[in-house]
Amino acid sequence: MSITRETVEQAARLARLTVADADKDRLAGELSAILGFVEQLNAIDTSDVEPLTSVVGATARMRKDAVTAGDEPERILANAPDRVTDFYAVPKVVE
Amino acid sequence: MTDLNRLTIAAASAGLAKGEFSARELTQSCVDAMDALSDLGAFITPTPDLALEAADQADAKRKGGEDVPLLGIPLGIKDLFCTEGVQTTAASKILQGFVPTYESSVTTNLLRDGAVFLGKLNLDEFAMGSSNTTSYYGNVVNPWQSASKPDMQLVPGGSSGGSASAVAARLCLGATGTDTGGSIRQPAAFCGITGLKPTYGRCSRWGIVAFASSLDQAGPMARSVEDCAILLGSMAGFDAKDTTAVDTPVPDYTAELSAGVKGLKIGLPREYRVDGMPAEIEQLWQQSAQWLRDQGAEVVEISLPHTHSALPAYYIVAPAEASSNLARYDGVRYGFRADAPDGLPEFSSLEDMYATTRGEGFGAEVQRRIMIGAYVLSAGYYDAYYNKARRVRSLIARDFTEAFEQVDAILTPTTPSAAFGITEEPSGVEMYMNDVFTVPASMAGIPGISLPAGLSSDGLPLGVQLLGRPFDEVGLLRVAQSLEDAAGFTATPQLMA
Repeated sequence: MSITRETVEQAARLARLTVADADKDRLAGELSAILGFVEQLNAIDTSDVEPLTSVVGATARMRKDAVTAGDEPERILANAPDRVTDFYAVPKVVE
Repeated sequence: MTDLNRLTIAAASAGLAKGEFSARELTQSCVDAMDALSDLGAFITPTPDLALEAADQADAKRKGGEDVPLLGIPLGIKDLFCTEGVQTTAASKILQGFVPTYESSVTTNLLRDGAVFLGKLNLDEFAMGSSNTTSYYGNVVNPWQSASKPDMQLVPGGSSGGSASAVAARLCLGATGTDTGGSIRQPAAFCGITGLKPTYGRCSRWGIVAFASSLDQAGPMARSVEDCAILLGSMAGFDAKDTTAVDTPVPDYTAELSAGVKGLKIGLPREYRVDGMPAEIEQLWQQSAQWLRDQGAEVVEISLPHTHSALPAYYIVAPAEASSNLARYDGVRYGFRADAPDGLPEFSSLEDMYATTRGEGFGAEVQRRIMIGAYVLSAGYYDAYYNKARRVRSLIARDFTEAFEQVDAILTPTTPSAAFGITEEPSGVEMYMNDVFTVPASMAGIPGISLPAGLSSDGLPLGVQLLGRPFDEVGLLRVAQSLEDAAGFTATPQLMA
């Protein structure tokens, strides 16, 4: 599968990445190479195989649906790039 | 006493217990070693003052009669484990300055057992890489040098390249690593040390910066099989905070180290012979098989038919999970936030702020992988790529299940080459081939260990890998100990403190 500039732009949008125009052709080539490499999987018959969801065959553990932590705004906000009182702050944007 | 930093964990523990030296003296020797070889770039954040303080506390505890398995043992911690109060970067610009307010479960376990942390070790950005050249904080250098080009700097492998380099250069007695597709075993092989990827679920992933959650597993890196066994005993264990941590008792991993391999059956998978693999790697593999045979094991050829599908399936599953895991880095809650572009006073939208932050905060390899991940998970491609890869993964796991009905352990080379030069690094898919022998076990979730078994004709260490049954690390370590004894690997790197 060959990836076009448009597909690069779409993947970048989905991944929330700003990609410079100058990098798009390079990325198209690199992503094409990776997708070309993984395409060999199509030769494998998996019609009677279920997708593997857990390597340890574990089932989800249940726990009581109760509050176990909280009321720690200082610990939670300690690394915030910006905050206003006990809230994360984001830059003002023009919508 | 000199060269305390060169001791194994087992020997250092014995020396500490007998009072031959203090934890402070032992830690000081590692701090001096870190200073002397700081050019290796093994540490992103060294914490010598915290280490010496912790060593004093360990000495005080010992005086008070306390005895825990790692009391006073200086370790390096891969900078993917969150450490309370110490910057944790995942080698990414996007986490520069991030100081966790909590401690990962694995490092909590190590601290409970008395370990002294020397600092945070370099790695590939978000553990994505096989050469430790994608770190925002600089390359890590392999302390080994080749005979033919002694001036050429070699890669330590990756992603746990700082861990491998630091252990090999004797900057620390052991280190934590994480392994998603070979990130413990491949750098261990390149640096001539021993690294163990436990069964998926054996060590808690809580507090480890996530890459691919169905594959990530923490494990020990050290200079002997026994030291790996000791470290795993502390690192492993159930954790209610990780839903995939398995609730089975942690055995004494050193219990059967001297049991030998007599009567055990070892499999050599024929699919692990790949085109272009140097003859000396094939020879070392066969030599390792012979060593096990000489000690009474039966060696048989086996087949793991889907071996060569593991790498392409991995390069769908891992980026898909990475794209999801790395969605959290948006410049709002922690880490780096970009300024509005081109001197503009404001972003045009909140999404513009996210995308600019991520575009500037993530390096090229991470961006490639999360774009691939977003693409293979997108509408119309999910079944063709992601579900296809997960179906192939079932086949890979089935290969191993069937193999372990015939054999007790599987022996393979760890890597298809020795360490390469930082400047001669292969690109793209060729780089991914480094992990061709390590990825299958990751996809199946089974434990694997790499240990040094010999030197290449150019004087560089070569590793062999043993794979075992799920949660049978005891049995795996037993075979590994036999192989270590037979190989008698005593070579040391040219750069060593």
